[in-house]
Amino acid sequence: MTAEDHFRYVLRHADDNLVLAQRYGEWITRAPELEEDIALGNIGLDHLGQARALLTHAGEIEGQGRGEDALAMFRPEREYTNLTLVEQPNGDFAFTMARALYFDSYQLGLWAGLSDSEDPTLAGIAKKAIKETRYHHRHSAGWVIRLGDGTEESHGRMQSALDRLWPYTAEMFDADDLDRSMATEGIGIDPSSLREEWIRTVTDVVNEATLTMPTGPPIQTGGRRGIHSEHLGHLLAELQWLQRSMPGLKW
Amino acid sequence: MVTALDSARTVIGQVMDPEIPALGIVDLGIVRDVRVEGSSVEVDITPTYSGCPAMEAIRTDIENRLGEAGFAPVLVRTVFEEAWSTDWMTERGRQMLLESGIAPPESSGSNAAVLCPRCSSEEIRLVSEFGSTACKALMACTSCGEPFDRFKVVEP
Repeated sequence: MTAEDHFRYVLRHADDNLVLAQRYGEWITRAPELEEDIALGNIGLDHLGQARALLTHAGEIEGQGRGEDALAMFRPEREYTNLTLVEQPNGDFAFTMARALYFDSYQLGLWAGLSDSEDPTLAGIAKKAIKETRYHHRHSAGWVIRLGDGTEESHGRMQSALDRLWPYTAEMFDADDLDRSMATEGIGIDPSSLREEWIRTVTDVVNEATLTMPTGPPIQTGGRRGIHSEHLGHLLAELQWLQRSMPGLKW
Repeated sequence: MVTALDSARTVIGQVMDPEIPALGIVDLGIVRDVRVEGSSVEVDITPTYSGCPAMEAIRTDIENRLGEAGFAPVLVRTVFEEAWSTDWMTERGRQMLLESGIAPPESSGSNAAVLCPRCSSEEIRLVSEFGSTACKALMACTSCGEPFDRFKVVEP
């Protein structure tokens, strides 16, 4: 294993959290009710905290003096290796909750696996994060059930959201060379091993919500290789604009 | 005899959580270790939540207070292991929360009911699982009608 591999592995999980945190931030002042505004802000903050810890750790592994801010603000889109799922625009509230259910269910398995990592810092971050993810999952599952088992309108919107995001879910379990080598080293896990449990977790919620599990083939994705949908560039433009315009600005 | 470690601990005991000013960080249970060598001191703190925005302010406060007390250099490290849980909060910490109108967390495994911090009624309802800070939920008392913050239980 090289430090470069280790760095890239921690960084991809940092990127998932950073990009998703930015999406949650976009909901603030726009949520359907005040309590939800606070909830989405809180969840976004948890993801941001997880991202910061992972970015800081990645920077230390890289050993070239890049801290969390340099990694977040000065990498172009092609160097971001987050999943395509998390960069998808918020859509309506049902769409955000479908994305959350898919991703939270994935993170439950991911953090549980990384809690046993041979990298003690990564294991520590995972053990902290899993408690937060359980809370997020309770929130997203609760809403999917409420909306699915709600009115005709909410049921229809929830089903449509699950269906439209479904093609992006396969990427979460698509192991590449880096995943496999990190799993062999005991640092990471093979994401394909998470799929079965993920299907069970999501199916339980979807059934209770009186919704139907989507089917259909995945779309071609390349998030882990830095190949993104058209949405990430716009997201990063907003995230990075200030530091790109006035590098090193502080307040 | 008061050792340098004792005085460092006393100074750190005066640092309050900026989001819950009634609660000291030692009573909150986030100070993991204090090491003194000569005049230098190292403090390990752990976040309650990964994204807790108070960590920065807490770190600065610890550095400033220890600096004023004559310690140099002062190093504050953030450690994640082992993950914080509300079982680390002291009894005094729970009492301070209650006195400031926040329902404290029960110890894990306890069956104690959550009571309204104002009228001690058990007739309460959950308004939102998310509150004004990451560590709190929003509840309301159906007896006295007042809304109140509830410090969420985080299991070990």
